[in-house]
Parts: sequence; C-alpha cells; structure tokens
Amino acid sequence: MSDVCIVGAGIHPFGRTEGRDGMDQGIFAVRQALADSGIEWKDVQFAFGGSAASGSADNMVSQLGLTGIQFINVSNGCATGGSALNAAVSAIKSGEYEMGMAVGFDKHPRGAFNADPSAYGLPNWYGEAGYMLTVQFFGAKIMRYLHEHNISRETLGRVAEKAFRNGVKTDHAWRRSEVDLETIMNAPMICDPLTKYMFCSPAEGAVAVILASEKKARELGVPIIRLKSSVMRTRPPGSFEVFAASIDNERGGTATEIASKAAFEQAGMGPEDIDIAQLQDTESGAEIMHMAENGFCKPGEQEQWLLEGRSDITGSLPINTDGGCLACGEPIGASGLRQVYENVVQLRGTAGARQVQGDPKTAYTQVYGAPGVSAVTILQR
Amino acid sequence: MSAQPIADNLFTDDMGALLGARNRQTGQIFFPLPLTPDDNIEPVVLGTRGTVWTYTVQRFPPKPPYIGPTDPEKFKPYVVAYVSLPDQTMVESRLTGIDPDDVKIGMEVEFTVIPLDPDAPVEEQKLIHAFKPVQGE
Repeated sequence: MSDVCIVGAGIHPFGRTEGRDGMDQGIFAVRQALADSGIEWKDVQFAFGGSAASGSADNMVSQLGLTGIQFINVSNGCATGGSALNAAVSAIKSGEYEMGMAVGFDKHPRGAFNADPSAYGLPNWYGEAGYMLTVQFFGAKIMRYLHEHNISRETLGRVAEKAFRNGVKTDHAWRRSEVDLETIMNAPMICDPLTKYMFCSPAEGAVAVILASEKKARELGVPIIRLKSSVMRTRPPGSFEVFAASIDNERGGTATEIASKAAFEQAGMGPEDIDIAQLQDTESGAEIMHMAENGFCKPGEQEQWLLEGRSDITGSLPINTDGGCLACGEPIGASGLRQVYENVVQLRGTAGARQVQGDPKTAYTQVYGAPGVSAVTILQR
Repeated sequence: MSAQPIADNLFTDDMGALLGARNRQTGQIFFPLPLTPDDNIEPVVLGTRGTVWTYTVQRFPPKPPYIGPTDPEKFKPYVVAYVSLPDQTMVESRLTGIDPDDVKIGMEVEFTVIPLDPDAPVEEQKLIHAFKPVQGE
C-alpha cells in the first residue's frame, strides 16, 4: 500500500503573542503550511483540527475561505493534534480524499491549568482538600520511578538543561536562553522532586500540516516525507494517571507502551531504526519515562544516557531537538503537531543551528496526556 | 458544634477509617465510595495501616477549588502520598506528623484525621483524611 505523505508544514511561534488569539495563530500556521506545499486553500479537500481553549477549529473557514470543505473538530486533550493527524491519515488511506490538513492551536492563560473535580468524576472535597493539581501527579509519579530504577534527581535537571540549550537554537521556541544545571537544581521546588525549571508552562502556538496521497505528493513536486505510522491509544488497566484518588496495588502498562508497539509494527521498524525522537516532556520526568516506554532504552539506563549526552543534538539519538514542551511551552491543541513539524524540518535538513547531522532519515514523535492517551508517529524521508 | 468531616460518605461513622468501594463483579476495590447508588458497588471499610508507595510535596498554596489556608506567609507545604493498603488499593492521602524532607518510600503509616485549617475555630474546622508514621518504627 502506498504511504500518506506530509507535503507542507507551518508553525506559529510558541510562547506568548499579545493581541493575537489562538485561532488567528492557527490561521497563520495554515497559511504558512499552504505556502510551504505550494498549494492554495481551495486545493485542501478536508481538515481535522482542534484546540482545548481557543474555540472550534472549523470556524477557521470564515478566514481561510468558504470552500465548503469537510472540517471536523477534534477534542482529545493533549493528544488533540496527534488525533487530528491520525484521522487525516485515515481519510487519505481510505481513498476518499487525496489531500487534506491537520491543524492544532491554543492560547492558555498564565499559570497551572485549573481543574474542576466534577469534570473528572471526582467529589468536590477532592479539590477543596488540595489534591486537584496536575503538578502533584507529575511529582508523585516520577518520585516512584526514580526510586524503582535508581535514577538520580540530577538526571531530571539534565533533561531541562538540554531542553533550554536546544531552545536557544529554535526559532519557534519560547524559552530562548540557557539555564545551567546548578540553577535548575537549586530553583524553588514546585512538587518534589521537580523544581520550577523542570516543568513546562501552558502557552500559545499553532501548527498545521498538509497531507497527501503518494500520487498527489509526486504531482506537487515538493520534498516528500512519508508517514510510516500514526497511532493513537488509550490507557490499559493499572496505569497511573492524573487526578486519581486511588490506584490499584497491582500496577500495569501505559498508553504510550501500547501506542509505541503498534506504531513500530505498522512501520515495520524497531527503536534501533529511529534517528531522531520528539517525546512528551510535560516535565523532565516525563521525558525520562518516555525514553523507556517507547523502547529507546531500558528503565534505569536514562541516567547514563543523559550523563553521556546520548540524547543531545549531537548524540546517538537526539531527543526533543527543538527544546520540547520545556522550551516551547504547551498549547494543548498544538503540542503534538509541533513534534511532527520539528521532525519534518529535521528530515528535510532545514533545521539550521539545531540540525541533526548525519543525514537523518527516520523520526519519531510521541505525545501523552490526561487521562492516559498517547499518540505516536513515525516519519521517513 | 465540633469539627465536621469535609464531606459525607468519606469516613466510617466513628471516623476511624476511610470508606472505599468494591465492585461486586470484578472485586476491584477503590476510593472514594461514589455518591450515586450503584447495584454493582458495595461499601468497604478500608484498612488503617499501609506503606508509602510514592509521595510528593505541595510546595505552593493551591488556587480554588482548594479551601485550606493559602496565605503565602503562613502556608505550610504538605505531603501528598499514595498509601498502599494490603489487598485493597492505594489511597491518595496527605501525610501528617512528619517533616516533608523525612518521608521515605516504603515507610509504614497509619490512618488519622486532621483539620484542613488547624488555625480555624473548632466549630468551623473541616476534617480530612491523612496517614501518620507508625509510632516506634
């Protein structure tokens, strides 16, 4: 079967843009993606898109043009972008369409995400007593992981240090200055063992990707990036997710493990075949856990990986080459597609100062979020 | 009027233990007991001793819906742990009676109740669940 191809990608810089709402950032990204692929809006046959806090994506047609296209809104938490891409791929694979778009955008207020207990099926006392904070979940989860696999807290610091180092070289990143390990480790503790610099912040940004059948992609004559897999999965029994008043004594797997396994099977590849990876790094601990959950190392080996710089841009498997969520911030709807955008740029060899050397040919993305959803893609040039 | 539990259905009547729930079909035990009656769910009294499976420390005053003390001058960081109760479930709970920096994974703890705001007048106090280190260990 022929592959679905990425023929264009566009991004609105992440971070804070005063005076431009989330959807307008989405429009910006779409126009850039259209220009990148050399097509016009009227050539786009369908779209999937979403945002968590900036309105219904299908409203974009009023600015992009009333061409009457099928435009389906996607709402899948942190996996919104990944799910939009996944749906777009299926639409082309089915043969119904030849060319379409996946788009994600968001603009969140400053500070941690506020959460309402009833939206998670929890009683009011859960919030009143001080448990309704995502940061507690991240702290408790990685605290256990470090303990089980004998990983030092400095490893968390090294993940953040690398993210900011990569962010300096990334036009679309929010945090554009280096932070040294000592500063990261000595910064105010938010939820142990995670300090201020080890968390990403809610932010703003948008990404659009134009997809086409292989036949259509060849007609366009643009550089072709093949989507070898696009998989989205939900959690298995015994996973450890946010806002859980209790969890089973018997522990189980994760949504990411399931999604990763399926994605590698679909692509006919293994972790050893991947040249670059963008992994969900809501906080430093997430990147560490996801290195193992996606099969790139065994639990516990992350300590040595970070110490030796194996996940640096110059390392054997560069991870989060644009600084990830830690340097870019997390606009929920756009975050997963940012990873795909970064891989497209890297595979084309146009990533400038952060370009991975050695002619990378395969690139991996993984996004994870509440309440236990994960989306993985594998791209190949 | 004395201090009251923060919610109905949270504790046993004597406040000596937490109320959990058992799924009659799968046998799974979880917490808290849902407020909506369900034929598949029966109440179960949760154990009062367990071990700390993991924990973190809430270092900054939370925003609403939190109703405990938030004055930055007076806010005291609190420990949030998952306490493994043998053969039942792991309950998310505060730890009390221990400095946050002294908490260790695997330590033995026992059930207690604490006021959400110890500085509030007794008649206004709301009681929440917590676990404390087992004495003599």
